[in-house]
Amino acid sequence: MKRSKLIMILGVLLLLPLFVLPLWNITLEAPQYPDAIGMDIHINKFEDAHPNDIKNINIMNHYVGMEDIPETIPEFGIFPKVIMIMVVLGLLAVLTGRKKLYLAWFIIMVVLGSIGMYDFYQWEYDYGHNLKENAAIKFTTPDGEPMAYQPPLIGSKMILNFKAISMPRGGAYLMFLGMGLSVVAFYRAKKEEESHEESHEENLVPA
Amino acid sequence: MKHTIKNTLAVLLGSTLLLIAGCTQNNGSNGALGSDIAQRVYVAPGEHDEFYALVSGGFSGQLAVYGLPSGRLFRVIPVFSVDAEKAYGFNEETKAMLNTSYGFIPWGDSHHPDISQTNGELDGRWVFINENNTPRIARISLSTFETEEIIEIPNSAGNHSSSFVTENSEYVVAGTRFSVPVPQQDISIDEYKGKFKGAISFIGVDQETGHMDLSFQIMMPGFNYDLAHPGRGKSHGWMFFSTYNTEEANSLMEVNASQNDKDFIAAINWKKAEELIAAGEFDVMPANYAHNVYDESTHTATSTMKKEVRVIDPAKHPGLVYFLPTPKSPHGCDVDPTGEYIIGSGKLSAALTAHSFTNMLDAIENEKFDGDAYGIPILNYDDVVAGVVQQAGLGPLHTEFDGKGNAYTTFFISSEVVKWKVGTWEVLDRQPTYYSVGHLMIPGGNSRKPFGKYALAMNKITKDRYLPTGPELTQSAQLYDISGDKMELLLDFPTVGEPHYAAGIPADLIKPKQVKLYKLEDNNHPYVAKSEQETKVTRNGNEVHIYMTTIRSHFAPDNIEGIRVGDKVYFHVTNLEQDYDVPHGISMIGANTSELLIMPGQTETFVWEPKQIGVWPFYCTDFCSALHQEMQGYVRVSPKNSNVPLKWTLDGETR
Repeated sequence: MKRSKLIMILGVLLLLPLFVLPLWNITLEAPQYPDAIGMDIHINKFEDAHPNDIKNINIMNHYVGMEDIPETIPEFGIFPKVIMIMVVLGLLAVLTGRKKLYLAWFIIMVVLGSIGMYDFYQWEYDYGHNLKENAAIKFTTPDGEPMAYQPPLIGSKMILNFKAISMPRGGAYLMFLGMGLSVVAFYRAKKEEESHEESHEENLVPA
Repeated sequence: MKHTIKNTLAVLLGSTLLLIAGCTQNNGSNGALGSDIAQRVYVAPGEHDEFYALVSGGFSGQLAVYGLPSGRLFRVIPVFSVDAEKAYGFNEETKAMLNTSYGFIPWGDSHHPDISQTNGELDGRWVFINENNTPRIARISLSTFETEEIIEIPNSAGNHSSSFVTENSEYVVAGTRFSVPVPQQDISIDEYKGKFKGAISFIGVDQETGHMDLSFQIMMPGFNYDLAHPGRGKSHGWMFFSTYNTEEANSLMEVNASQNDKDFIAAINWKKAEELIAAGEFDVMPANYAHNVYDESTHTATSTMKKEVRVIDPAKHPGLVYFLPTPKSPHGCDVDPTGEYIIGSGKLSAALTAHSFTNMLDAIENEKFDGDAYGIPILNYDDVVAGVVQQAGLGPLHTEFDGKGNAYTTFFISSEVVKWKVGTWEVLDRQPTYYSVGHLMIPGGNSRKPFGKYALAMNKITKDRYLPTGPELTQSAQLYDISGDKMELLLDFPTVGEPHYAAGIPADLIKPKQVKLYKLEDNNHPYVAKSEQETKVTRNGNEVHIYMTTIRSHFAPDNIEGIRVGDKVYFHVTNLEQDYDVPHGISMIGANTSELLIMPGQTETFVWEPKQIGVWPFYCTDFCSALHQEMQGYVRVSPKNSNVPLKWTLDGETR
């Protein structure tokens, strides 16, 4: 089998660990939490970083009127299907052996990823801004606006006494690697075709 | 002339500078020395101590937990006395822990903590401690630092020569200090001699659960059994007890029990006793003693009365017990890390006696007996003694070991700790204590593997050592660095009650085992409410049960109506928190009991008997959160025959 095909298969299969490893993580650090509390976001669930972390995040956040982190969200029904479809499409692309399809797969992944990130941002925005009217504690920003508690999309930021850190996790890193490999496979396939043509030309020379 | 003056001034100035420089240097080195000691006990904010010290609370009945080298107090574990702060003995769950054959007893006199061992080394599973007044042994978990079990000792009085564990925690021993008629009977005290007995109890320990069971008692002559330590290594299978009052006096003891030149150390072959038990060579005696067990899953203690005890008569079974003559009412009875030497501290003498286990076995084999006492062979002093530490001090009490071949003995009368060499019996160093030292503790100092870095002396008297607090002064511990050739006094710190003995252990053996919270899903309390949806109030006659929960920062329910004067109201409160170090408390105006202090995932119960109509508040007693002050509720109390229906709500809703 051509090297490019192997690389593409590997890249596509690197989506599968997403069913086990977390995609993203939000961690909250504060002096009174020497072991930071946090939440892993999988393609199909929210999970405690340490036992009871989500419950304890909810307890803290209820003082400022934030809603509980939901048990489940509609995305958890969609993400696994999308990932499976992309795996199938990727493998079909390998079967055809058409290098342009590798690139197409990569571009679709980038588009879907961007949609995912936008969706995540929307959820974070809502989570940080949608505060209950009867919240016990209502903080305002220096210019008098109600304070928002939106975690960062990526990176870290101070929210009151907490440092909120939002970063990709293992599943996402392997997915990025897989996407990278699809591009490598594309270039490799291109090279293989060129060298194939060259050797073809060489064959044309009479012995 | 001017020139001369100038020169003289210059010289003067120069020498002054030199002097100043010299002084600075001197001050510098003095300061460095002073701060060096300070640094050695200084544990910076946020840092942890190297050792736990579990220090007996004496007549407080409790066990205090300190850090070494800082001497900081972390916790007082309630054991034999009620503790309103922690609801121990006040809430419905722990009252049974203090049940005895005499009924509920709210106080005890705790004495000698000893940590469980495996292969003669500290293993950090449990610490045992004895109660002297109403003979009992407690077992405390070193994962939760809670008292899990208390067993009463029948036929015993003044449970002093306990609670020492054998090399693999097979047994905890409990020897009686006061001999008494066994079984108890109404006889003249003058009939002491021969009629009074001294029971030595061997309490088996389940290696999985730690549960204790009184395996057997050896019914010894009517002496006073003072202290004990187990054989280890080569002497494993033997237990050694010091005795006084071999005169068998029963009045003006201070004189009449101090007449014999030598009393005994009793060597008991408990492996032999096990064989006798297995062979059925024992008597079963009727008895009545309490066995109280706290169950971590129901968060509740139960008390069972036991009705029998197996008794062995040592006179009938040669080879079970031997007496080793030991000068002048020996107090401490300590075994060195190799198990070869048994040190008797003749408290009315100036010398220490070291018996050799090898010599003892040899004397037994060759039957070198010097008579007997009530059928128990007495070995010849000269045949068993290995050495004597001469003129070591006045009034020796207790000895611990550093694992480097040295022993450290406290001297009550001369108020000092003396370091001496095991084997050569020479005195190496002595340091004063302030004042009147009793026990001494080196972490693991009575095991095969001592951690010979610090020694903790526990003093009976403090006089002028601290700021005075009226006639009643604190008792105190003193920390010595024993890592060098000479001991160095590092620190004084006050203790809770009279520290009779302590057990020390490296923090690394305990810290990883800590329980941080109780899992709510594992809570099997019969009145648990695992969520606010499960909260309710039920009535059965005049008995009302409130299934209540706490979570930051409210009770559910927090408004209760339909309670009547004359009701007996049980508040069963479950702390729904599942976060480390988030307890909630509760108390109710007019409750004739203590607050509750409920750990995450735990359920506790207090009883309230309302006596007046009205609306009465309850509140959270432990500052739990930013809205702790808002964590409160009301109970409406109606007249005795009122028809106000039971109603329980949170924010207007029944959950």
